[in-house]
Amino acid sequence: MNALVPLPVLLPLCATGLSLAFGTRLKQLQRLISVAVLTAVLGLSVTLMIAADMRGPLTVHLGDFAPPLGITLVADRLSGLMLTVSSAVTLCVLVYSLGQGMADREEETPVAVFHPAYLILVAGVSCTFLAGDLVNLYVGFEIMLVASFVLLTLGGTGPRIRAGSTYVIISLFSSMLFLTAIAMTYAATGTANFAQLAGRLAGLPLGVQTLIQAMLLTVFAIKAAVFPLAAWLPDSYPTAPAPVTAVFAGLLTKVGVYCMLRTETLLFPGNRLGDLLMAAALASMVVGILGAVAQTDLKRLLSFTLISHIGYMVFGIGLATRDAYGGAIVYVAHHITVQTTLFLVAGLIERRSGTTELTRIGGLAKAAPLLAALFFVPAMNLAGIPPLSGFIGKLGLMRAGVADGGVWAWILVVGSAVTSLLTLYVTAKVWNLAFWRAAPPGQAATGTVLEADSDEDDDGDEGPDRIPGTGDEPVRPRHQPAGRAVAATLHGHAVTTTTKLPLPMTGATAATVALGLAFTVFAGPLTSYTDRAAAELIARAPYVQAVLGR
Amino acid sequence: MTVSVSLLATAAVLCAVGGILMLTRPLTRILLGAVIAGNGINLLVLAAGGRAGAEPLLYGVPLGRVTDPLPQAIALTAIVITLATTAFLLAMAYRSHQLTGTDEVHDDQEDRRIALRSEVRGERDELRERYRATDEVTAEERTRYREERRRLRARLRADRALQARGRDATGDLWHDVLGADPEDYAAQQDRPDADPGATG
Repeated sequence: MNALVPLPVLLPLCATGLSLAFGTRLKQLQRLISVAVLTAVLGLSVTLMIAADMRGPLTVHLGDFAPPLGITLVADRLSGLMLTVSSAVTLCVLVYSLGQGMADREEETPVAVFHPAYLILVAGVSCTFLAGDLVNLYVGFEIMLVASFVLLTLGGTGPRIRAGSTYVIISLFSSMLFLTAIAMTYAATGTANFAQLAGRLAGLPLGVQTLIQAMLLTVFAIKAAVFPLAAWLPDSYPTAPAPVTAVFAGLLTKVGVYCMLRTETLLFPGNRLGDLLMAAALASMVVGILGAVAQTDLKRLLSFTLISHIGYMVFGIGLATRDAYGGAIVYVAHHITVQTTLFLVAGLIERRSGTTELTRIGGLAKAAPLLAALFFVPAMNLAGIPPLSGFIGKLGLMRAGVADGGVWAWILVVGSAVTSLLTLYVTAKVWNLAFWRAAPPGQAATGTVLEADSDEDDDGDEGPDRIPGTGDEPVRPRHQPAGRAVAATLHGHAVTTTTKLPLPMTGATAATVALGLAFTVFAGPLTSYTDRAAAELIARAPYVQAVLGR
Repeated sequence: MTVSVSLLATAAVLCAVGGILMLTRPLTRILLGAVIAGNGINLLVLAAGGRAGAEPLLYGVPLGRVTDPLPQAIALTAIVITLATTAFLLAMAYRSHQLTGTDEVHDDQEDRRIALRSEVRGERDELRERYRATDEVTAEERTRYREERRRLRARLRADRALQARGRDATGDLWHDVLGADPEDYAAQQDRPDADPGATG
């Protein structure tokens, strides 16, 4: 069973090689490989989760080198759950991107690069979840980051380069900070292995411990987009293609949260920086949701709600009780799913109506009822309407806060209730503008161009004030008033447009919605599992024993 | 553990230089900063291994006196990763130069828009107040007032175009290689009429 542990990292990496080898010549085969591998990873993750739950943490020392020399991979309950949720979500997003075919702007988005980069991203995420030492965690981060650089700047258009440069520089900086923290830890303790560090860090002077803890927290807070370190996120995510944004928003920030959870419990028990974490959590919640209130573009708005809801998980980590950790883990699983779904729906809306600017769309509830349902469920889930999983996560966290009873805990309980209400306001605003109100004239009937009879040279008649590659004005949407799949003319060329959404796109979105609902239906098993995971995190001994073998 | 002061001092200087370079606008300078600071941090990692020991030859060297190999392995990994990131940043700087004529990192669009809007509004209100305060409005004053209003509107438009296109390269070699200095923008912004973006 232990031999299965490295596979979630190895399989996608091997598939990347195949994918690159086949390249663009055998597109179908490339797609088949990606889907098959991610399905296999999903199956493996479920197996690992169940095995870790039944037998305790599974460990592998690669090359059979004992720690601290070798690389250690560990799958315990927390990593098992994270792996399962992340691989389910990545599989859905992959199917979605196949349906989209990246066809919205084919010339700007080379598919041949998308598949290998996406697989490497999955490998990097799995590697961070399984890493049993700081160095391997760093390597996992870097694998993930380099793939995300490529995905974020896919096609290298003006806005993407502009948004990507901020992201790349911030990531570069946080990697340097991480490496410095690793150097400090190694100099102080002589190891980078989590299980050994758990024993050795406690013997260090308090100042050194706090310094290392603060540096690691800063690194992970940049990744997780906790408030004072979150300014890069709303500017860099929304310009990427919809599936890329969805998987980034769902997964990459949660990787930061996972690392915080892991290091705070295993390496630095005793919760010395709990108040600081709770203050940051409150600031993230409030600032993030107020930012979302002010936005009129759906993608930017969702980016701000993402920052806001990271605050809930940090709240759980700051409380540091068993119930709080359990609530935070439920919330991570819930939020990965729901945030990904919402970004996928944003992509569907963009496909359907040509834009995600809320002031320019309307009447979608009537024009596309299925789309409306696909938006409504995760939106309510995000706001935390009972009985959906968002409610369960928030309830768990608030109960833990009340049980803690401290001043900060109470402030956070009130803050999270207010944030929840404001989230409801934001989602209701989106619902009213995009779906419920009457369509603005000339909007309801627009669709995407399916085919054109000749190469479009629509650059000539755009007037002098349109500048190519602008970030300011939206790229001129290639759509035209039309009914369902009818021919029309665009700049003198006959084109066929459709308002139908491709089946894989809606299917994948529906699958993520169903996954979100499954958390509600199976809330009992889920919460008892997360409770056991939290107990394991707090106990520390099972992890340390599994790695060091005593 | 013994630590070499010269290693630490070198690392500190490299990190400081790199940090300063990373605070500038042009991507090429940031790239240089990242490389220099990355080297500094690699030195820190090496310093974490303690003092240099005996050569790790196969026979005749007691294992306890050999240098700790783990920090060296970490530093090697970091070097490889820095290389990949450097290549990516270079490609991005080049692409940015291709698209916009400069490799600057631009402000968040909303920040720019909000700052400029408030500035222009302030000026407009001031202008209006001064205009209203004058008792007798001559035709000449009225045209001047309208001219000024038009100039402000043109400035907003110019900024939108400028921000969309990025600033044009000036043709100065050092300027293009290293990127412009902030002072140059101040000079450029003082005369918005001469701006290349004003016509756009």
